[in-house]
Amino acid sequence: MDLLEGNLELKEIQKLEGHTDRVWSVAWNPATGAAGIPAMFASCSGDKTVRIWQQTPSARCSASFECKAVLEETHNRTVRSCAWSPSGKLLATASFDATTAIWEHIGDDFECVSTLEGHENEVKSVSWNASGSLLATCSRDKSVWIWEVQPGNEFECVAVLQGHTQDVKMVKWHPFMDVLFSCSYDNTVKVWAEDGDTDDWHCVQTLGEPNNGHTSTVWALSFNSTGDKMVTCSDDLTLKIWETDSRIPQETDGYMPWRHLSTLTGYHDRTIFSVHWSSEGVIASGAADDAIRLFIENKDGLVDGPSYKMLLKKEKAHDMDVNSVQWSPKEQRLLASASDDGTIKIWEMVPSS
Amino acid sequence: MTLGLINANPIVHAKKERIARTEDLHGDDAVDPLDIYDFVRDIRDPEHPYSLEQLSVLSEESITVDEKLGRILITFTPTIQHCSMATIIGLCLRVKLMNYFPSHFKVDIKVAPGSHANEESVNKQLNDKERVAAALENPNLRQLVDECIYSNEL
Repeated sequence: MDLLEGNLELKEIQKLEGHTDRVWSVAWNPATGAAGIPAMFASCSGDKTVRIWQQTPSARCSASFECKAVLEETHNRTVRSCAWSPSGKLLATASFDATTAIWEHIGDDFECVSTLEGHENEVKSVSWNASGSLLATCSRDKSVWIWEVQPGNEFECVAVLQGHTQDVKMVKWHPFMDVLFSCSYDNTVKVWAEDGDTDDWHCVQTLGEPNNGHTSTVWALSFNSTGDKMVTCSDDLTLKIWETDSRIPQETDGYMPWRHLSTLTGYHDRTIFSVHWSSEGVIASGAADDAIRLFIENKDGLVDGPSYKMLLKKEKAHDMDVNSVQWSPKEQRLLASASDDGTIKIWEMVPSS
Repeated sequence: MTLGLINANPIVHAKKERIARTEDLHGDDAVDPLDIYDFVRDIRDPEHPYSLEQLSVLSEESITVDEKLGRILITFTPTIQHCSMATIIGLCLRVKLMNYFPSHFKVDIKVAPGSHANEESVNKQLNDKERVAAALENPNLRQLVDECIYSNEL
């Protein structure tokens, strides 16, 4: 079905309660949701716990998710974000208690197998690289740490990256390359890569105001499925689309810089906390006005180069701020959202009735 | 925390006479700025045994409500330009008001324009809810905030 034809709506499939404080983040387990394996995701909260939710195998996508596990008594402050390893066997959880916990998923159980310490204060985000060999974390201490995954669930810190001048809100690895992106309260996005010769990690690019960057805190970023575009969201009430040259570097160790492509302005009037690009090309945003918005590329060809338009706005998606929106990796039209209201909602993007 | 007081000699004003407010309900969702002011005027300053009203940090004009947009803006005036208690005062306001409104109202807290040397920086911190949440998980900060909020109830 062509997304640009017909009207679409975001239909609420389920509302999940259980957390006793705001839910900050949700993350789908990438190894679930297909080949007979029921979809699973994790949520993390100000109640200091992480909850694991799984779809009951009975019905199809309108089936119910239920809470399978509560990971508690590990973090003693807010759990701010979580990320699954590509294999789905490990879950990393980042907390305001300055630690990152690593949980191993065996059968129906989750066991904390490692705790990464080192940040001076709240850890805000955690991300695994495409192969699952590296983990990145970031903190209000302004630094980004890179950890190498070793046998026996051991993690060794291989880099402490300084450069941001303020709180780092989120880190995310590129979907294919071992290039790390971070976004910050200092209004910039930084790109970090390993120097071919020295194996040192360093900042290869900073996307700030001089590059048409954001003018306030950048809260999140997300890549498209082909990895040649990314979208960032900010307290400055805009979404920005960036692109890089999609030609794969051949002999050159040279880094392919990112450049500003488009700014989506006038659509949001409160801080945008989360943004996520689906495999089908739909960008979802979650904001402090309790709404979820969807955007797609406008292929009318009336302007030079790609432009984007809003597909729909779901007002009052939650009773309070929407902190996180995440498309399911396997069911392209299924979206999970998390809110200050303590709930998680599952949505399906369907044709309007 | 410095040992010496930031502002050792604040100007203290008399408490404004309170007019007895009747239970005048404008409507279920109507939010009266004066009701909000009543709720926050007695918050105690972090450094001095006086309320924010007495120190003119807050006044009736501090509160503006936009019913249509569902927003509340609270503007406060620190006693001196380099007041390092500004973020604490802002936190006190947030905590006091946390469960007060119908939950769809959004609250923005700022220092009065021109009233603080680091106006932009203070405003940015006060309105970053992640920073606010983390600050309130700090037991020392939380205790100070609670003391300021509940002092008149002791």
